Amino acid sequence: MSINPLKSLRGVVVRVSAGMSLLLVSGLVRADYALNFQRPVTEIGRDLYGLHMMIVWIITVIFVGVFSVMFYSVFKHRKSRGHKAATFHESTTMEVVWTIIPFVILLAMAIPSTATLIKMDDVSGSEMTVKITGYQWKWKYDYLDHDVSFMSTLSTPQEQINNEAEKGENYLLEVDNEVVLPVGKKIRFLLTAADVIHAWWVPQLAVKKDAIPGFINEMWTKIDEPGTYRGQCAELCGKDHGFMPIVVKAVSEEDFNTWVNEQKATQIAAVAAAGKTWSKDELMRKGEKVYAQCSACHGATGQGVPGVFPGLAGSKIATGPVADHLQIVMGGKPNTAMQAYTAQLNDVDIAAVVTYERNAFGNDTGDVVQPADVKALR
Amino acid sequence: MSTDHHEEHPKGLSRWLFTTNHKDIGTLYLWFCFIMAVVGGIMSLVIRSELWQPGMQIVEPRFFNQMTTLHGLIMVFGFVMPAFVGLANWQLPMMIGAPDMALPRMNNWSFWLLPPAATLLVLSLFAPGGAPGAGWTLYPPLTVHEGMGMDFTILSVHMLGISSILGSINIIATILNMRAPGMTLMKMPMFAWSWLITAFLLLATIPVLAGAVTMLLTDRHFGTSFFDAAGGGDPVLFQHIFWFFGHPEVYILVLPAFGVFSQIIPTFARKPLFGYTSMVFATATIAFLSFIVWAHHMYTVGMPMTGELFFMYATMLIAVPTGVKVFNWVATMWRGSMTFETPMLWAIGGVFTFTMGGITGLMLSITPVDFQYHDTYFIVAHFHYTIIGGSVLAIFAAIYYWLPKWTGHMFSEPLGKLHFWLTLISFNLTFFPQHFLGLAGMPRRIPDYALQFTGFNEVSTIGAFMVIFAQLIFFYLVIKCIRGGEKAADQVWEGAEGLEWAVPSPAPYHTFATPPQVR
Repeated sequence: MSINPLKSLRGVVVRVSAGMSLLLVSGLVRADYALNFQRPVTEIGRDLYGLHMMIVWIITVIFVGVFSVMFYSVFKHRKSRGHKAATFHESTTMEVVWTIIPFVILLAMAIPSTATLIKMDDVSGSEMTVKITGYQWKWKYDYLDHDVSFMSTLSTPQEQINNEAEKGENYLLEVDNEVVLPVGKKIRFLLTAADVIHAWWVPQLAVKKDAIPGFINEMWTKIDEPGTYRGQCAELCGKDHGFMPIVVKAVSEEDFNTWVNEQKATQIAAVAAAGKTWSKDELMRKGEKVYAQCSACHGATGQGVPGVFPGLAGSKIATGPVADHLQIVMGGKPNTAMQAYTAQLNDVDIAAVVTYERNAFGNDTGDVVQPADVKALR
Repeated sequence: MSTDHHEEHPKGLSRWLFTTNHKDIGTLYLWFCFIMAVVGGIMSLVIRSELWQPGMQIVEPRFFNQMTTLHGLIMVFGFVMPAFVGLANWQLPMMIGAPDMALPRMNNWSFWLLPPAATLLVLSLFAPGGAPGAGWTLYPPLTVHEGMGMDFTILSVHMLGISSILGSINIIATILNMRAPGMTLMKMPMFAWSWLITAFLLLATIPVLAGAVTMLLTDRHFGTSFFDAAGGGDPVLFQHIFWFFGHPEVYILVLPAFGVFSQIIPTFARKPLFGYTSMVFATATIAFLSFIVWAHHMYTVGMPMTGELFFMYATMLIAVPTGVKVFNWVATMWRGSMTFETPMLWAIGGVFTFTMGGITGLMLSITPVDFQYHDTYFIVAHFHYTIIGGSVLAIFAAIYYWLPKWTGHMFSEPLGKLHFWLTLISFNLTFFPQHFLGLAGMPRRIPDYALQFTGFNEVSTIGAFMVIFAQLIFFYLVIKCIRGGEKAADQVWEGAEGLEWAVPSPAPYHTFATPPQVR
């Protein structure tokens, strides 16, 4: 892949015409022209909706009022109707009036806003904590009270994004691992990031805050009803900023506990898998899957993005000493987009992806890295 | 002392390269900003084309980000700011009865810094890795990871900044020292007042931006870690510094527009500006407040609550002086004897659409709800209403208002009106639906979106193409007006007041060699 931004002309024509026909067939049916906030499912969400609507009405009334006067003047006080210009050009009384009145209206808006903000800011009394870490371009969730953690990435197939397949109902708003949360509990979120600034936003929960590398932010929510609530990263975080959604699945406390137990069982199985010796074929198959995370920068065929992200095909790292390769995958490279994957991937994943990178894209080094080798480096 | 030799000046290219004449330099600024508007406009069409339908159709996500970044930088630094400097160059000396700008050679330099700066910015597209794709706000750590194009951009921002600083020093020196005898500060035209205040804003904030991008540069190449937590720095520090520049910047873009409205509305209402003194104080108040509200762009970064409350209250306060200005304009029209020539249409349209941007700004100032508006298309709609609805409409209003004075010919009224109505309608078609997109949950700066956002994105894309192509009418009209047309009178508009209408149309190369007496 070259850096040429334009895809081949033929591809464009095919895609645009496909898009057009898709529009004619289903676009008009799908488009629902939503006008306002999504239905809130938290108390804060309802407060914000109320505040938002109150302000909308106040400003609409003011706007209509002021411009009614202006347009009345525009229609009545025109030369073509023989209107003679008056000569007045100041009135201290008027100036004072239209300084004081807006001030009072602002005060009326500031009071409920302050009250809501104080409520939003109060994370005390939370019953559980979920740590959210933003990565380019995925989210990691650590349930600090339940010893559960996992990564969550976009699950929309690439074919749908490239208009080669019909788009699903939740196009771009679906993930492999959903954030399962119990309803009726005050949940505290801790937010941080590993690389650049992200922002975690779920409109229906009315929570949004930046996830900043090196810093920890906090916010809270208490979800009223079970359901699936979808959101997206809200701070530009690079190439695939538009492709790192958030899906929250709110369930009863009972279902939540069942889910936690399932997660723990899966994690135990993963630890067991790390103990055995893997064949090269197994590692290559597994590695290809894990590499999907790397391909966003390094390219599906290891070609990279010239000038920004280095390629892996024939690269010094991927064909040089295994130790250097492991070190860069696990420890990252400071001041670049290359993250430290120690925390993101388990031993099997790292062993598999390094093995894959050393044997794919024509790198045929023949090296095989075992999970135990990775474990030894931790 | 003879002034004859001043009438001789080089012809052809060297006239423009070496000119120290405020009218020539004004013309250069205006053509430069026109070219930049075309470049930035094409980029906006790339953005809108990709967003026509869900799915990736035309460009890669990374290139999409480069387009949004360059579109923003070019429109702000290459189009709107130089356009008002061009208007200032042409008009300020004629409006205050000065023979030229106070520092003519520096004037030449401040213009000629722009073309290389703009070239560098556009060239970043062709650097390895392409232009920066981090948005015009250039937030680190993203910009620390960018390719060489980012260094092009940093250098370009420095050059654009130096140009702005020189330009504002010149404007301040001109207004404070070269007013005609008898023109006290409180008798100055509002356009001069708004530019005087804007120039101080530029002087105070551009060096701050320069500091921010220099820190980025040293973080990128010289091992510092101002914005890297791992080295003891703080990425949010950049946002504070950037917005300390960035918020006054939005008033730098819009205060001269207020000045334009305040010139045009009294002319066509045939009635003096209502509340001149309060207009001056409102402008100064807005300028002061603009320095203490910057963090309202960053409510979601996790500031302490007291900080958020302070910035919310301070931001809400801006509504008061801004409201005063709008009320004063309406009161100026009230019981006037109005006609609606093209400049007046643009001015009224501008007041109307700017106010829409102003009231959504009030919504955004409310911290708790801003958490939901922040970084969505609601913001995109809001600032396009203020910058296009306010500044750009004012730029067109000003050009139509003074074009007959510059060329000596009247322009085609029907074409000017067609241009106005097409622009106004298609602008609203483009940006009004974006309010709904943002409220419904569409983040900004994404190249692809969920299916429920399709309908309004289609409308917006259609509008965007109409807006851009409507400007062809303007281009044709201006060329036609330069080449010929009905001879313009010295007093082009019946109700216009001010020194610029005392000079012949077209304005001779040198005006007010002998200062006029103002009573």
